[in-house]
Amino acid sequence: MNDQLDYLAKRATAGKLSRREFMGKASALGVSAAAASTIFATAAKAASHKTGGDLKIGSTGGESTNSLDPATYASQVPYHNGRQFGDTLVEVSPTGEIEGRIATSVESTPDAKTWMFKLRQGVEFHNGKTMTGDDVLKTMERHSNEDSKSGALGVMKNIESMKVEGDTFSVTLKNANADLPYLMADYHLIIQPNGGMDNPAAGIGTGPYQMEVDEPGVRHMYSKFANYWGDDGHFDSVEILAINDATARTAALQSGQVHLINRLEPKIAGLLARAPGVSVNSTPGRGHYVFIMHTDTAPFDNKELRLALKYAINREEMVEKILRGYGSVGNDMPINAAYPLFDGSIEQRMYDVEKAKMHYAASGHDGSPIILRTADGAFPGAVDAAQLFQQSAQAAGIPLEIKREPNDGYWSEVWNKQPFCASYWGGRPVQDQMYSTAYLSTADWNDTNFKNPEFDAKLLAAKAELDLTKRKAIYSEMGQLVREEGGLICPMFNDFIDGVSDKLVGWEVDPNGELMNGQVTRKMSFA
Amino acid sequence: MHPILKLVSQRLALGLLLLIAASALIFIGTQILPGDVAQSILGQSATPEAIANLRKDLGLNEPALSRYFSWLGNALQGDLGTALTNGQDIATSMGKRLGNTLFLAFWAAVISVPLAIFLGLLAVRYKDRWPDKLISGVTLASISIPEFLIGYVLMYFVGVKLGWAPSVAMINDSMTLGAKLHAIALPVTVLTLVVLAHMMRMTRAAILNVMQSAYIETAELKGLSSFQVIARHAFPNAIAPIVNVVMLNLAYLVVGVVVVEVVFVYPGMGQYLVDHVAKRDVPVVQACGLVFAAVYILLNMVADIVSILANPRLRHPK
Repeated sequence: MNDQLDYLAKRATAGKLSRREFMGKASALGVSAAAASTIFATAAKAASHKTGGDLKIGSTGGESTNSLDPATYASQVPYHNGRQFGDTLVEVSPTGEIEGRIATSVESTPDAKTWMFKLRQGVEFHNGKTMTGDDVLKTMERHSNEDSKSGALGVMKNIESMKVEGDTFSVTLKNANADLPYLMADYHLIIQPNGGMDNPAAGIGTGPYQMEVDEPGVRHMYSKFANYWGDDGHFDSVEILAINDATARTAALQSGQVHLINRLEPKIAGLLARAPGVSVNSTPGRGHYVFIMHTDTAPFDNKELRLALKYAINREEMVEKILRGYGSVGNDMPINAAYPLFDGSIEQRMYDVEKAKMHYAASGHDGSPIILRTADGAFPGAVDAAQLFQQSAQAAGIPLEIKREPNDGYWSEVWNKQPFCASYWGGRPVQDQMYSTAYLSTADWNDTNFKNPEFDAKLLAAKAELDLTKRKAIYSEMGQLVREEGGLICPMFNDFIDGVSDKLVGWEVDPNGELMNGQVTRKMSFA
Repeated sequence: MHPILKLVSQRLALGLLLLIAASALIFIGTQILPGDVAQSILGQSATPEAIANLRKDLGLNEPALSRYFSWLGNALQGDLGTALTNGQDIATSMGKRLGNTLFLAFWAAVISVPLAIFLGLLAVRYKDRWPDKLISGVTLASISIPEFLIGYVLMYFVGVKLGWAPSVAMINDSMTLGAKLHAIALPVTVLTLVVLAHMMRMTRAAILNVMQSAYIETAELKGLSSFQVIARHAFPNAIAPIVNVVMLNLAYLVVGVVVVEVVFVYPGMGQYLVDHVAKRDVPVVQACGLVFAAVYILLNMVADIVSILANPRLRHPK
């Protein structure tokens, strides 16, 4: 192996090169694809060999009000807690395929209405009990029954019945859904003993680490579970520290008190990347920052006005100034290239003063200021973004008035209530789920009040369509409908920006979520 | 009854009334805030169905007044209840946080109070000369800089660059006292810098005031050294205003350090309270409010009693 290839292999071992990057660079050195693949596999394997050590994660989004009950997870620290002690039926792989966890395989009837999950045998809970199909059934019932207050209730609504026979858990749906396994990968749906009916917040699951200390808003400590069923999870212990202050989080990483941090601010990510001993990993994801208009409320019930506003926003400027380049431009639909079956040929909407003026004139708006509500908590930089929007709209003669709202109560009082405000979406693993969650006429979180029968019909058709080419075509039409008719102004998709200590290896790019979709403690290890 | 005992019992009774009034105010405040605990817990991911289920579970459909009185009844019996958000026992989880807050406040006080008084005495001794000006200048500068900025600056230089003390001041039960003290070195330094100036200036002013008196001149004529004059004759007579300001600062160290807690990720009461206000978790907010009010009332009472004890005229009223 020549020096350069050796260097590349080391980079790959350190997790700094993805497989694709490695293959590209290796082939540039004249190595055959097969050989390069073998080298990469060896290098990547070397990365995952070390076991032991105490991993510390500094995470934002930890409050003393947090509970270990998976149904309540709504912020980052609880999310990562669930990843330590719990397992879902299936998981979405970094490349977007369904991977088995508690379920070893998934099958469906040809009409995509009944889904069968074959359950792994010999899986043990941290309390010593062996997991049974009944535990799985009870878990799903707890998240979907009428008393449920689960964050996953929305994704469970379509389920008509569930049953367990032998080692198979099957779900029958009201309407066909070809993407059901992706819904079952929801991070709330952690299998608990007796479904968590007895003590939902006990923190007992089947994951690689068992809970040792639970101090909400301060720290959560886990130790390696000796009887874990899988072969991932290489640390002796994992400690998650709630560090909500971005500066404190960065300082903790730099001073070596933690090994991983999430949600780096774009402002300091560039500076931190130059610091010794740490690297900044930016992962393009599906999360996006948005301005949303209620399409059924004046003046936003006027399509021309909506188009005027869509042309009056400068997306490149936002990516550059708000995200500092850690992201990509949006196209007024909630889907980007990180989704499977994305149609890249849809024309990118640009900032166009002339078109904005034209549509604004066509709308016949009386020229009174249009009120845009925003808050720092709407998304990082939301107030600045609103101001940039105001200026670019001003150039097209559209008067925007910014109304700054308190962070406190923003999600209950402004979002989904006021007709025009800033917000964000975390993205979903597949297009169907994103559209069903927020663009279907009857969706609970239809935050643009987008009610389009044509769109709904296409969504239902896509759900039952198992032919991927046809589905892709339907999704493309749906995307264009939202882009033309919808109330969504989507200027940018934000990257996940994580800080990682150089002491760790095994990083891989995973668009499903921050910190490798929460899999850092399973897949990474100390060098 | 001895007048002092009578005073203390009067103050205690008044303090209790004040506490109940404070709890009513806090309850009203949390009712005025937009949104309720169910909405706050579920956040952006709330569905109307989930909110309704949660409201029912948490008993939020009861009228506000009956919720307040059932809480008050339980609180008077010493039962603070459980947090609405995560079901943890409030007394236990708050006790831990309170312990941490008192730990930090105690060490900050142990360093800052003697230091402030000593610096104040020193400033009087070298009045209008360079030590006085240096002490005043430095302490005034440190109180004028926002505490989070001092925190960040210390964190960067001492924590990250020099690596002398951890930038995250997290303590837990399994740590030894030495490890805990090492962990809180930076926040204690910041708090000391913040409270130093107020106490030091007050000490200086109070003593200078006394220094004009005739008995000080006598002491000087007796041939005592100037530091002895200050420490033995001036200081005891200036104690009342000094204790007052010391107590105010101690109260600040307990109830007002949320910014320092956030910057150094210290698991104290302030952060605990803010988290629960954000989630509208009324029972916890009430409990924290009670503790904070109690600390404030108690420390002020101590200040009053000490100033009475220190003054013979107040000690023996006609």
